[in-house]
Amino acid sequence: MNEIDRRGFIKLAGLGGGIVFASSLGLNTLGSVLDYANGSAAKKVEKEFYFVQLSDTHWGFSGPKVNPDAEGTLKKAVQVVNGLEEQPDFIVFTGDLTHTTDDVQVRKDRMAQFKDIVGQLKVPTVHFMAGEHDASLDRGDAYQQFFGKLNYTFDHKDVHFIVLDNVSDPGAIVGESQLNWLKADLKQQKPDARIVVLTHRPLFDLYPDWDWATRDGSAVIDALMPHKNVTVFYGHIHQEHHQMTGHIAHHSAKSLIFPLPAPGSVPKKLPIPWDATAPYKGLGLRNIEAEVRQARYGITELNLNGG
Amino acid sequence: MHRKKRVLSASALLMITAIISGLTFYVRANSRPVEKEIHITAKKFDFTPDTITLKKGEPVVLVVSSQDRKHGFNLRAFGIRADVDPGKTAQIRFTPDKTGKFTFSCDVFCGEGHEDMTGTIVVTE
Repeated sequence: MNEIDRRGFIKLAGLGGGIVFASSLGLNTLGSVLDYANGSAAKKVEKEFYFVQLSDTHWGFSGPKVNPDAEGTLKKAVQVVNGLEEQPDFIVFTGDLTHTTDDVQVRKDRMAQFKDIVGQLKVPTVHFMAGEHDASLDRGDAYQQFFGKLNYTFDHKDVHFIVLDNVSDPGAIVGESQLNWLKADLKQQKPDARIVVLTHRPLFDLYPDWDWATRDGSAVIDALMPHKNVTVFYGHIHQEHHQMTGHIAHHSAKSLIFPLPAPGSVPKKLPIPWDATAPYKGLGLRNIEAEVRQARYGITELNLNGG
Repeated sequence: MHRKKRVLSASALLMITAIISGLTFYVRANSRPVEKEIHITAKKFDFTPDTITLKKGEPVVLVVSSQDRKHGFNLRAFGIRADVDPGKTAQIRFTPDKTGKFTFSCDVFCGEGHEDMTGTIVVTE
């Protein structure tokens, strides 16, 4: 990403000067993922903080044609994050931590195993959220036992983070109660507050025929609209995607298990098969940097005559 | 006498006409075009039948039931969706107003095969 492209991203992020660098696990090695974080690009900007987004790890998934290293990919991602020269302030997992199962005990086993693996992360602060694979079959019961609340907020260095649950209702609904909770929370924020929404499904109708939507997502966007600096990071679609709804930027993250085709690009949504010549192609994680808004100074020149 | 008979006959005729008119109006007001009724069964992770052929302009009622758990029936091309709860039937009335092939799907997450739970409605002229 060159300097001009990066500047473009700064605008897109809408974080009041925030930067989103989308990453890739690279064609050959997971180690190539964070060249932007360690390279000159990141050092040129005076960043306030950065965090890492990981998504759709689907722990428990098995499908050798799609990912023959299903049991190793999450562990490699943990190694990549732990290997960062500068550790992030925190990490977020935007849902589908585990692959779904009807068996409640297997679901809990997968959650316990996932928690053990990500427990190896050096960064002490990790924020989790559920995907439909984690929470839709039991309305988030097992998930809450392992990871806590389904929706919550937290603040970090002048940025207000809102975690929204659009999965524990199997109909992909945020719901009136949570919507009221969101509105009450937003009332506490100034109109120009820097707000980041973290969720699993897209809040806009990206491609509803593939379940890439939230049924009442437009109500959420309407509630967010009066705020000038809102950015949404989500998962679910297993690929990078960027879209604006008005002034609100929406960025989806790659998966850490298998990529999916572009919205509507094929008749049937099926995982993209593993490419042995390019292992981990289409998988990835991302760093998100929030830059301090630069102070602006109004300068008026005065001469000695008082003019 | 004859005059009295004529008056009675005319009155009877008027009454019969009124009754026939009333019945005709009642029948017309209470009749619907005949709907084609199609029964669809939902279960993890398919619909049966999964391909349904309809004719444009012909009203239809889809009667959807579930054999196992809650599912959803969503036919976005016609703005139609319904919850399909076990033990109940969802009745969906509509008249196709366009031809083509349209996907319907389960929109209530029901398990690992949920995303494959789709079907096709074919509307012909």
